[in-house]
Amino acid sequence: MPTLDLITETPLHPYASGADFPGGAGPRPIQFREALREAMAEEMRRDPRIFLMGEEVAEYNGAYKVSQGMLDEFGPKRIIDSPISENGFAGLAVGAAMYGLRPIIEFMSWSFSLVAADQILNNVPKMLYMSGGQWGCPVVFRGNDGAGGQLGSTHSWAVEGLFSNVPGVKIAIPSNPYDAKGLLKTAIRDDDPVFFLESERMLGDKAHVPAPEDGDLLVPFGEAALRSVGDACTLVSFGRPVNFCLEAAADLREKEGIEVDVLDMRTIRPLDIDAIIRSLRTTSRLVVVDQCWPFASVASEVVAQVCERAFDLLDHQPLRVNSDDVPTPYSKALEAEFLPHKGKIVAAVRKTLGYT
Amino acid sequence: MTAVTTAPRSIPRRPSAALPDEALLRMLRDMQLIREFENRTMQAYQQAKIGGFCHVYTGQEALVVGTFASVNHDDPIVTAYRDHGHALARGMSPRACMAEMFGRATGCAKGKGGSMHMFDKPNHLYGGHGIVGAQTALGAGLAFAVKYELEVLGRDLASGGNPKKRVALCYLGDGALNQGCLHEAMNLAGLWSLPVIFIVENNLYSMGTSIHRGTTSADDLTKKAAAYEIDGFSFDGMDILSLYDNFKPVADACRDDQKPAFVDIRTYRYKGHSMSDPQKYRTREEVEEYESKRDSIAMLAAHLMRDRACLSEDAWRAMQDELAEIVRDAVKFADESPWPDPKAELYSDVMVSPHPRMSPSGEYVEGACNPILEGQPGGGER
Ligand SMILES: Cc1ncc(C[n+]2csc(CCOP(=O)(O)OP(=O)(O)O)c2C)c(N)n1
Ligand SMILES: [Mg+2]
Repeated sequence: MPTLDLITETPLHPYASGADFPGGAGPRPIQFREALREAMAEEMRRDPRIFLMGEEVAEYNGAYKVSQGMLDEFGPKRIIDSPISENGFAGLAVGAAMYGLRPIIEFMSWSFSLVAADQILNNVPKMLYMSGGQWGCPVVFRGNDGAGGQLGSTHSWAVEGLFSNVPGVKIAIPSNPYDAKGLLKTAIRDDDPVFFLESERMLGDKAHVPAPEDGDLLVPFGEAALRSVGDACTLVSFGRPVNFCLEAAADLREKEGIEVDVLDMRTIRPLDIDAIIRSLRTTSRLVVVDQCWPFASVASEVVAQVCERAFDLLDHQPLRVNSDDVPTPYSKALEAEFLPHKGKIVAAVRKTLGYT
Repeated sequence: MTAVTTAPRSIPRRPSAALPDEALLRMLRDMQLIREFENRTMQAYQQAKIGGFCHVYTGQEALVVGTFASVNHDDPIVTAYRDHGHALARGMSPRACMAEMFGRATGCAKGKGGSMHMFDKPNHLYGGHGIVGAQTALGAGLAFAVKYELEVLGRDLASGGNPKKRVALCYLGDGALNQGCLHEAMNLAGLWSLPVIFIVENNLYSMGTSIHRGTTSADDLTKKAAAYEIDGFSFDGMDILSLYDNFKPVADACRDDQKPAFVDIRTYRYKGHSMSDPQKYRTREEVEEYESKRDSIAMLAAHLMRDRACLSEDAWRAMQDELAEIVRDAVKFADESPWPDPKAELYSDVMVSPHPRMSPSGEYVEGACNPILEGQPGGGER
């Protein structure tokens, strides 16, 4: 374990600024779903071993239009409509990957991956180890994660807490179109299995993404991005709630003059704990914002790792902002309150500062 | 063909009749190797040299040897946890197989898999799998990849040369007939005409549940295949020659036409389900019936002595002695092999390309160790 002194003293740099700022303005704004599509299509042109399989990905053009047009370009042998058999096609991907192909499996929602739990949690992450290094399982599983919008308890799973407990997979969770493209391309090239968590609520978000002609956009795993800069508190988040953090940061700045660091982790495994600690050197205060339930959540893990590695840096006990610990409700009013929304984040930051 | 001329009494036009004596002697040898190996496995288990769940293949030898003889060595295969027979018949060294069960560094998976998880890449064995039925989707996936090589890549992934028509063999127990995964896998295989043969090792029991208590259409399992528009067959699996005669044309057709099949093969396990099974669910007479009248090894040995006249009593005894010696050596090898070194092995093989900070308990590289133990006197001696 790197001790505190080993973690570089260099302060964190904000994400490459200007046109490349993720979520920022620029000459080529595209939707999150288009960014995902570009990533898959570019990689499929490069490597014929890659295929996309899932429910409604081909003829329907994707339940959420992520794969729109891909059937036309790649044909039905590489863009494959599967029947509603998550366990079957997840397991098919395992066999195909062991044989040497590079499957991308789309779950219409990660909520439905639970019926494939045996394949994705028992086979995918453990194959390399159980076989003594003989066979890895380079599959990308991707789809919508988290509350979609009044979908109720069964359809609103945020699986990051549950699945990140299992060794053997990488978990990427972009918050904006730029990272969506760059992380997905990295995921597809990775030799290990990757769970890639998107959000239905972000698929229409638009931001500048560099043109394909400008070269491969590859966002490395395990490198957090500093999305807002401040010295009062460190906000750590990943996926859609990063955007709630940015809203909260803007509010805090405008209404109370409080400036906070917002760290977008971009991947949960690996977890850029060093970036968090570097930020805490300035702020000494930590709030982790996470859309899964609090008990044994990713937020819990971040807090635990910070306490183990950098307890001395903290001036206030770390706080978690999670979804409330109840089944996801249907009603608009209840669901909005349930999520780790701006109001909860602002309150948590103020608490770490001792404001009442 | 010499085989036919030296076997005057064999029935003509059976595929097995065209096999040379050496091929049949090889089958006998493979079956006897498994029998002998499993005897020693049980012994070692009783001596607590082998741990965990351990399921021996005794009685079912003809099934795996006969079906393997019908396909090529580079046809991918995948099976469940009763997998020692598959590993040995595919060519894994008895030493590596036994050492794996002993949990030693010299095992086929360096002691990380165990009895239920035998993997052998050079021999195209894509695992023994511990979860009942889970391997059936992998079988469909192997077949999907075989077809993809032919239709999309136009090249053989392993060699880079022209693609070959292959067929995947996917073994499952009769208990796995009742797992959803099999039905999803069969539907996909039927829908997309994937070249996979689902081979039911129908030994009449899943643990203590007889097949009639566990599944519908127990007397005609091919009905299950019909639901997925897959050709279904039911064969005897104790007489290896008749199994070969029946199975070989099915395997050839699936390869040539790149399509699936479902084959119910009737077999019998002589020993308990696992090493802890009082076997209250069946009679001693039933077991004896198979052991004394229908034993596959005894039947083939008799055929080779009587009908083919290519094996003498002495040669058979010598073969048994030689195999016993090979297995004794495997046990000795396993027993004397080093344990895997936790420093080298505990944290390796978790990821192919591990990033730093994947885990709070140590990086996934050789030599990693739990940070709790760092800097402590004795380094946390167990
Ligand atoms: C999903 C699952 N449920 C239960 C078990 C426990 N279990 C192991 S073997 C077995 C019986 C399976 O019998 P069968 O498929 O006929 O194979 P056989 O042991 O006869 O080779 C059971 C219930 C398991 N390994 N996986
Ligand atoms: Mg059985």
